[in-house]
Amino acid sequence: MTDRPNSSVNWLNDARIRGVIFQILLVLSLIASAWWIVDNTLTNLADSGKTLGFRFLDETAGFQIGQTLGTWLFSYEAGKSTYLDIYFIGIVNTFLVAALGIFLATILGFLMGIMRLSQNLILRGFATVYVELLRNVPLLLQLFFWYFAVLRSLPGRRDAFEIVPGFAGMNITGLYLPAPQPQDGFIYTVIALVLAIIITFVMSGWARKRQETTGQTFPVFWTSVGLLIGLPLITLFATGNPLDWSLPEFKDTGPKLRQGYQSGAGMVMIPEMIAVLLALSLYTAAFIAEIVRAGILAVNKGQTEASYAVGLRPGITLRLVIIPQALRVIVPPLTSQYLNLTKNSSLAVAIAYPELVSIFAGTALNQVGKEIEMIFMMMSVYLTFSILTAAFMNWFNARVKLVER
Amino acid sequence: MKKLTFAIAGVAAVAFAASANAATLDDVKAKGFVQCGVSQGLPGFSNADDSGNWAGIDVDMCRAVAAAIFGDGNAVKFTPLSAKQRFTALASGEVDILSRNTTWTMTRDTQLGLNFAGVNYYDGQGMMVPVDLGVSSATELDGANICTNTGTTTELNITDYFREKGMSFNLVAFEKADEVVAAYDAGRCDVYTTDRSGLAAQRTKLTNPDAHVVLPEIISKEPLGPVVRQGDDQWFNIVRWTLNALINAEEMGITADNAAARLGGTTNPAIKRLLGGEGSFGEELGLSNDWALNAIQAVGNYGESYEANVGPNTPLKLDRGVNQLWSKGGILYAAPIR
Repeated sequence: MTDRPNSSVNWLNDARIRGVIFQILLVLSLIASAWWIVDNTLTNLADSGKTLGFRFLDETAGFQIGQTLGTWLFSYEAGKSTYLDIYFIGIVNTFLVAALGIFLATILGFLMGIMRLSQNLILRGFATVYVELLRNVPLLLQLFFWYFAVLRSLPGRRDAFEIVPGFAGMNITGLYLPAPQPQDGFIYTVIALVLAIIITFVMSGWARKRQETTGQTFPVFWTSVGLLIGLPLITLFATGNPLDWSLPEFKDTGPKLRQGYQSGAGMVMIPEMIAVLLALSLYTAAFIAEIVRAGILAVNKGQTEASYAVGLRPGITLRLVIIPQALRVIVPPLTSQYLNLTKNSSLAVAIAYPELVSIFAGTALNQVGKEIEMIFMMMSVYLTFSILTAAFMNWFNARVKLVER
Repeated sequence: MKKLTFAIAGVAAVAFAASANAATLDDVKAKGFVQCGVSQGLPGFSNADDSGNWAGIDVDMCRAVAAAIFGDGNAVKFTPLSAKQRFTALASGEVDILSRNTTWTMTRDTQLGLNFAGVNYYDGQGMMVPVDLGVSSATELDGANICTNTGTTTELNITDYFREKGMSFNLVAFEKADEVVAAYDAGRCDVYTTDRSGLAAQRTKLTNPDAHVVLPEIISKEPLGPVVRQGDDQWFNIVRWTLNALINAEEMGITADNAAARLGGTTNPAIKRLLGGEGSFGEELGLSNDWALNAIQAVGNYGESYEANVGPNTPLKLDRGVNQLWSKGGILYAAPIR
């Protein structure tokens, strides 16, 4: 061992001190860059006579927006509603396609993932082709494909493809469905539904406990289905059916422009939204299918063999042994796919679906010109959506992950 | 050491970007070309052909400015912009001129930090419908589905028009004109609305152009013109006076072919001033004195550019209408060069 006095080492050659110096320099330069960007932005804004501020949100917006859930919720009217309303409408419409898209993509993705592992050659082949085709074509192209495929394959505006004559039909202007119109007293049905949900939760907890203590099983699933449908339905009729339906109305007489489905009757799902939903969920489902397949394959084959050995049937094996273990592998990458889907929904601007990027960061931005504020507001929406989704999935992941004892 | 290098590189990159604040003319001269914001394909105004050559009345505006600066009408690079992106692209310095059939409105002039350098096409918003709809006037369009572009004045105009008439309608607004055309062609909408020049241009892209008719109503004033950033008066003057020079040239009968000859053979002081034979008008702009001569030789006078791109002999078949010289019954009236 050699004794090395500190004094003989130049402090510049001390890796620790040098590290600290570089860290400080890096932080300083980061701060300087940030300050420079902010200062430059403000100077440039001042040079071009623009100011920062959110007062534009109170101004009324003078343009029309296509009919969607958002415009219906906020009873949008051009010339009366404000830019803030536009913001909320954009958020609602974005949230709607994101939520529906996640729901559809999950179901389809799980189906395809399981099909890829099927013993049946046709099922397996179909799923393989599906995955390889869908995930290797850019989403924007798929969006255009579905939009124009949907448009071109549907009957024209003066015709209709009746799915259930009088109740549901489609043409190029959208999918027309009966619209529920709650009357006085409908609130009891809603209360009954909430009650049914609570009872279902309590019941499943009780059933689990009973199974753990006595080993007896209880048909939780079917009882829940019965409860969730039956209880509100009974309440609905007991209170005298306080729910009216507005049916779609199709006219093929009168002036040509007024023929076709009438606006204001029934509920319409515009073709833009159908195309966005199709594209987003089909595309994301391809990725989810691969995640599910990977998750199932990650469960050791011995687990299946062991559960067969103790006499469990294949269905129960899949549900109680394979899936719970596979979920641990599936959930984290699944979260990323959900986030991707939400963010990808902004591509919908290309095919005129009135979501956040289209109406707020598009049309509204062009009218008021507050780029910095509006882009910031838009980014915070996506950030919030993503963080909420991630938080929920992390909570779910914590529930299903392996409990280490 | 790596971190430090990155940090220095980062600061350097940011500092480099700062030079974008300098005078636009100096920037343009330094890089050797004019960066011009155009549409993503509007025949007659700004449209790229199969081999990527841009042509159109808006493109000519940029070429004329480039010729006025460099003596070369090809010292231009084009950036296709959607209606939505265009102002941000100009404000951020991505393009030097925005020449993209852009309507001059007060909001845009006062709130967006932009300046309109003039008007190179007086337009108005119109509506196109399929002939078999049996509609002959916009007043019959109650309840129609209408296709248009996002981020334009057309959304506001059409909303105003229908509100004023107490009629309802449903708007389907796309980001790019190509999708509007495709959706209208597929029958998604009863009506396609945009500037009438745009309707004439987009109609050529439809499967069967003759099955569609433009309604007589003009529901708005749409003075279209080149736009520059606010706060750079020199650059603003260059663009404004290049446009004025092209219009004045038509008035004086100066064409791309005869410009050089006219300069040599004239005693008319107005022509001499325009073409650089007298005075130092170019130098006052920060250019050479033959700036207007170069611009005219590159794209022709206003009338030549009009006839070549949108006039009756082009697929757009647009008559001069109000875009005729004031002396011939139109409203084109350029300030004199003196």
